[in-house]
Amino acid sequence: MNQAQVIGLITGLLFGFLLQKGRVLRFEKQIGALRLKDMTILKFMLSAILVGMVGIYLLNDLGIITLSHKPMNLGAVLIGGVLFALGWSVAGYCPGTSVGAVGEGRWHAVFAIAGMLLGASVYAQLYPFFDSTVLAWKDFGPIGLPETLGVSHWVVIPIFWAGVLGLFAFFEKKGL
Amino acid sequence: MTQQKKQDGWNPYLAGALVGLLATASVWVTTERLGRSSFLGASTTFVRAAGFIERSISPQRVQDNTYYQQTGLAFDWQFMVVAGIFIGALIASLTDKSCKLESVPPMWQARFGSSIARRAVFAVLGGMVAMVGARMADGCPSGHGLSGVMQLSVSGLTAMAMFFAPAILAAHFIYNRKGAL
Repeated sequence: MNQAQVIGLITGLLFGFLLQKGRVLRFEKQIGALRLKDMTILKFMLSAILVGMVGIYLLNDLGIITLSHKPMNLGAVLIGGVLFALGWSVAGYCPGTSVGAVGEGRWHAVFAIAGMLLGASVYAQLYPFFDSTVLAWKDFGPIGLPETLGVSHWVVIPIFWAGVLGLFAFFEKKGL
Repeated sequence: MTQQKKQDGWNPYLAGALVGLLATASVWVTTERLGRSSFLGASTTFVRAAGFIERSISPQRVQDNTYYQQTGLAFDWQFMVVAGIFIGALIASLTDKSCKLESVPPMWQARFGSSIARRAVFAVLGGMVAMVGARMADGCPSGHGLSGVMQLSVSGLTAMAMFFAPAILAAHFIYNRKGAL
């Protein structure tokens, strides 16, 4: 294995370990969140985002790393997002969690994985069509919210934190 | 159905916060050691895996495909991250005895019965549509959700809203109603 593969494997191992310990790999947790009955995956995901946001912007400000925004391609994100949502609500797994679910014995997730591999192949075959239609609609490029609003990220981050902490308080109050 | 909440596993806020540290450390390490800031993601690996499988059947087809060529088929950093997720989950679940062989998800079974074939058909279809969507959107809940929102990317924030809102609506119609699907 080369260095990139070793680093990737260790990172993935820790990621999978934490996903499993947080119990977010389960079909019940994912669909439970979508049914607004159990917000474990949102608590997990948003906590990761709160911490990571501060860490990544600190490293960015120190010039240690560079941000890498994915392009805001309107048709792609809107239509792709809806397709993902519909598939996810039936499959009960997203790409990362499907693999972890098999790791904790929920072998039926292999069906979702098989579907995802099929979907990747379908997308590859249809790519020229999408590239000239959905993807060609409007691309705003790789943009971040702070620059778009014209304010410092250290203004946006505390507001984001406050909103998420408020949401957490609501989850706890409702016992979700 | 009564909602039984077993407090097993770790506190999700704590486990999530640790993922936040891991995501930060991961970007740092990849920048320092690999020369390029890499953010956590998963769905591109499915393109590579599909490409490898397809290449073993028809190499020419993969070679002629723009998307596979553009993605680049290699066992790269992210491929190993995804492989690592499997191993990490296996270790975590074996060591605390939460690993359990399951042929149909309990919540699915409560709604649609214990038929493995039925679950398989819908899981394959769902997974397929989800992946077409994730590749079109250029990310999944890891790439857009975690990594994108962490960076306050407009695409990540928009994608998160698009992932959740229609899925909540769909889940309501699929799981909260009685009767046939």
